[in-house]
Amino acid sequence: MAVRAYRAPRSIPEAVSLLASEPGAFALSGGTDLLVQQRSGARDPGAFIDLKRIPGMLGIEEQAACWRIGASTPCVDIASHAGLRREFPGLVEAAGLIGSKQVQGRASLGGNLCNASPAADSVPALVVNRASLLISGPQGERRIAAECLTLGPGRTVLGSGEFLSAVEIPRAAVRQADAYLRFIPRTEMDIAVVGAAAALQLDAEGRCTAARIALGAVAPTVLTVPEADAVLIGTHLDTDAVAACVAIAQSACNPISDRRGTAEFRRHVAGVLLRRVIAIAAQRAAQGV
Amino acid sequence: MTIATHIPVVGSRPPRPDGADKVTGRARYGADFSLPGMVWGAVLRSPHAHARILGIDTSAARAMPGVLAIVTAEDMAESFSADVAAGESHVDMQDLSRNVLAREKVLYHGHAVAAVAATTQRLAKEALRAIRVDYEELPAVLDIDAALHPDAPVLHPGMFTRGLPETPSKPSNLASRLVMQKGDLEQGFAESEVIMQRTYTCASAHQGYIEPHACLASAGADGQIDIWCCTQGHFAVRSYTAALLGIEPASIRVTATEIGGGFGGKTTVYLEPLAVALSRKSGRPVKMQMSREDVFRATGPGSATRITVKVGAKRDGTLIAMDALMEYEAGAFKGSPAGAGAMTIFTAYAAPHQRAVALDIVVNKPKVAAYRAPGAPQAAHATECLLNELAAELGIDPLELRFRNATRNGTPTVYGATLRDIGLQECLEAARAHPHWSAPLAAHQGRGVAVGFWFNHGAQSSASVHLVEGGKILLQEGTPDIGGSRASMALMAADTLGIPYTDIHPMVADTASVGYNDMTGGSRVTYATGYAVVEACRDLIAGLRARAAAVWGVDPARVEWKDGMATDIQDDTRVLGLSALAALSGRMEGPLSGQGAVNLKSAAPSFSVNIADVEVDPDTGASKVLRFTAIQDAGRAIHPDFVEGQLQGGAVQGIGWALNEEYRFDAKGVLENPGFLDYRMPVASDLPMIDTVIVEVPWPDHPFGVRGVGETPICAPMAAVASALNAAAGTAIRDLPLSPPRVLSAILAKG
Amino acid sequence: MAIHVHSTINGQAAEFLCEPDASALDVLRDTLGLTGSKEGCNSGDCGSCSVLLDGTLVCACLVLGAELEGRELLTIEGVAAGSELHPVQQKLLEHNALQCGICIPGIVIAAKALLDRDPSPDETTVRFALAGNLCRCTGYDKIIRAVLDAAATMRDSAGAHA
Repeated sequence: MAVRAYRAPRSIPEAVSLLASEPGAFALSGGTDLLVQQRSGARDPGAFIDLKRIPGMLGIEEQAACWRIGASTPCVDIASHAGLRREFPGLVEAAGLIGSKQVQGRASLGGNLCNASPAADSVPALVVNRASLLISGPQGERRIAAECLTLGPGRTVLGSGEFLSAVEIPRAAVRQADAYLRFIPRTEMDIAVVGAAAALQLDAEGRCTAARIALGAVAPTVLTVPEADAVLIGTHLDTDAVAACVAIAQSACNPISDRRGTAEFRRHVAGVLLRRVIAIAAQRAAQGV
Repeated sequence: MTIATHIPVVGSRPPRPDGADKVTGRARYGADFSLPGMVWGAVLRSPHAHARILGIDTSAARAMPGVLAIVTAEDMAESFSADVAAGESHVDMQDLSRNVLAREKVLYHGHAVAAVAATTQRLAKEALRAIRVDYEELPAVLDIDAALHPDAPVLHPGMFTRGLPETPSKPSNLASRLVMQKGDLEQGFAESEVIMQRTYTCASAHQGYIEPHACLASAGADGQIDIWCCTQGHFAVRSYTAALLGIEPASIRVTATEIGGGFGGKTTVYLEPLAVALSRKSGRPVKMQMSREDVFRATGPGSATRITVKVGAKRDGTLIAMDALMEYEAGAFKGSPAGAGAMTIFTAYAAPHQRAVALDIVVNKPKVAAYRAPGAPQAAHATECLLNELAAELGIDPLELRFRNATRNGTPTVYGATLRDIGLQECLEAARAHPHWSAPLAAHQGRGVAVGFWFNHGAQSSASVHLVEGGKILLQEGTPDIGGSRASMALMAADTLGIPYTDIHPMVADTASVGYNDMTGGSRVTYATGYAVVEACRDLIAGLRARAAAVWGVDPARVEWKDGMATDIQDDTRVLGLSALAALSGRMEGPLSGQGAVNLKSAAPSFSVNIADVEVDPDTGASKVLRFTAIQDAGRAIHPDFVEGQLQGGAVQGIGWALNEEYRFDAKGVLENPGFLDYRMPVASDLPMIDTVIVEVPWPDHPFGVRGVGETPICAPMAAVASALNAAAGTAIRDLPLSPPRVLSAILAKG
Repeated sequence: MAIHVHSTINGQAAEFLCEPDASALDVLRDTLGLTGSKEGCNSGDCGSCSVLLDGTLVCACLVLGAELEGRELLTIEGVAAGSELHPVQQKLLEHNALQCGICIPGIVIAAKALLDRDPSPDETTVRFALAGNLCRCTGYDKIIRAVLDAAATMRDSAGAHA
């Protein structure tokens, strides 16, 4: 269908109403995925509902219990936020890896999440940091864990009239740190062939008291592996413990072969990247910020 | 009176005359032109890689409001009097016509089938959807082995392989077999102490110009036609369009807009004949632009290849026999650059016994077009990688192996010419002396060296110079400027005339405003167009001297042109500069101009040596180019910045082809990566600085010693990078691109 | 149904009609006649349509014309002040860093965006800042040198005025 309308609601209820009622309505955040898909025919919007003029959709707010990031905040703002970077260097790195500088001027966490690509760069880091997503809709506001949004490539749990309004990340504790790495063939511009995130919590003696890993682009949705997390707990993240964690995670991978990489390659590199992000997160956590 | 001595400017680095427009966005490229009443053209493309066209029904589309014209193959000429000369090869007009608009069959996914003109781009696209084409799908042939299989589906029922000892009785997908040889191969291998044979493959790569094809065509009621298009050869656009549509060439005026890259890919036509046909039918100017996806799917990339090289040598590394089987994919129509590849594959080496067998093979993929030294990068990849493998096996330094075997002046080539005035030795010496060659390497790092060669082209160029009131010179040339050549023309004109560089106003004139020019390609512009410019200036000087003589009432033999002035050698108080001569024109015999026209039969070849350092991450197969040095013989660098630019740009195209660039087709012949996201060209953060060394071994047949430099830069990088990467990883990967999955696989396989 | 948009482009008020799915690039090139921003891919992968939207570097092909309502856009046509070139433009000319020139409007905008916020970038920073601008002719070498040189020049003249 042709795009018949562009609307820029000024409030959440207005946006909800438009998304529920305009034929073929699509929520427009940064547009860096949606506009490309509309032109290629991969998605077929009848109306663009631009969320960026709604108060609260843009902006990064430090609260006592969490950081609140408006779902349409451009990645360039996240990547340059000193406070966020101090607490979640991995998440901030991930946001700064999405596309080029030009893409980061528009791309948002909301868009990256709702586009539901298995290779989305922001998702593994959000998941390991236990981010929750605020969804506004006809029934008001609801909250889900970040890893619960996606059903499969390109599909989310959002119902008619619903959209992502904010991402909330609980404050990092002392000696808690994250890291994110991705594999791409060039140094920029590519979609992640594999993405790996880790968030670790250490005690004063350097023992791991909490761990969460997540992998992107190795399964239809972001992959968490609680059994892999578990083998790190109580250890000093020695070579054997990490190797065991990585082995479990690798066997949980279910990657595909496509124009960006083979399944074998993804599985192998997932292991390599996981080892590396665990090391980086551990080093950051040990620095005790 | 003292005359300021003209300080020669050839060899200096002034800003280019078209530079301000290009950094401010004022320069106008192919898609930047509009006319009142303009409508938009769009192309319907085949959804099948191979199918018979049973019928095309345009009635529904024609009836749509806003749709003004539709064209199909029926609107193209049926027959052609002769092939049209084009750049470094001849063009079969039957094939070109069918590539521009499919006739009996569609031969690749994306093949143009029809074109429409409508009042908006949206309406044009909707009209395409309303055209009904009846296809009979046929099995597609998608690689060399499939094409050559005895039971392969045949793309062209009239294709009987040329160049075989006997003409075959059945058609096939082998368009031609060409053999170039010298010496006695059997004897050569018999004398060899060591024989090495390897097979190398390259994927198809696209030139990757950032500007998609675009044009604006306007047909007048009297049959006069204007075309604005981004092209490497606007005279070729005139020739092809005239032939394809049955129009008198002189009725077509083509303006070459500024061009956003070509590298050989814009030496043919795709949109222009369609836009003209639509304009004639609709009575309106028609604008057409390709999408990026169309550029990848339906223009002409470089050939995918499989090359088997067999070399025989003495233990001390002396090469005796060199033999190659070169299999090149031509795409849907014959005409891969296998023959040009055969001309280059062993030419850098003095081995007395050489043979290259070149196979031109059609497959259901887009028809290939020239890509910078077409055929040579793939050939050099094979030879240079094998020689590096041979050097390692014999325990000889790879650069030393080149020294031992480098061809020299007086050596006959396999293609019949005898090399003279070449600079290969000097390039090798520059490489050996360069700090890069002896810089230390760390773990997981490797170094590769390779030699490149392209024979270059001369051909036809015309230029005119006009003296303008105020004493400045208007320089009209006719080869589109894709890399700064306007500046080089102005430098040569300035030194020939003895006047300041900024007194020259160069322009690329349209086909109605300057004499015939062959296209920008073949590394010929600074060489041949430069030659024509010098001739034009000399012609003007003759006229200026005669004019001054007439002004003074003396014999022209007494008048000298020096440092931008006419002087009477018998009376040095008498001088006349350009400004004065221009002012006097109206009282004398009138305006002063000069013409130059050349058709250069010989051209100076250009050799290069490249050194690459690559680091590999053995855990992932990722690689990084750490350092790259490009050394090349330019004859004489008219504008060193632009020569360096050619070396650097060609190097990076070669690096991209080596590491990540490839056309990926699915089982149905549909291109999987028709965009810049997944067709991975190098970005700024992928690369180091590209160091350059310009060697100058002047070519004596050019007034300034110029040798073409544009194409050779892409010849050696693939082998240099591949050899470096294999050294870094301890592998022997012979297939390009060296994408991380392939590299990792090889690393894991060696255990 | 066309949308009526009021925007500011290169410091001047601009008013136009556009379709709901028209991109800012379509509007610039086809409606407003500002053809300096180029279409290389229409999917945000080449950067040749780079513009500054309220000071932020973006691809004009990934912004809707309708989204320009009330916003300020800087295009390549607005970078020089008459005949006074921006140092990035000047240095690209001095280094002869362009060949075909099609990527250059995007490069100028992206480099200006970089130097506006980071006056002392090193080579790596410049390369990553320009990673979204594809160039096929130059191999990037002279472009990077020109941008580094422009940064130095801008630091010098800032110092001179301090």
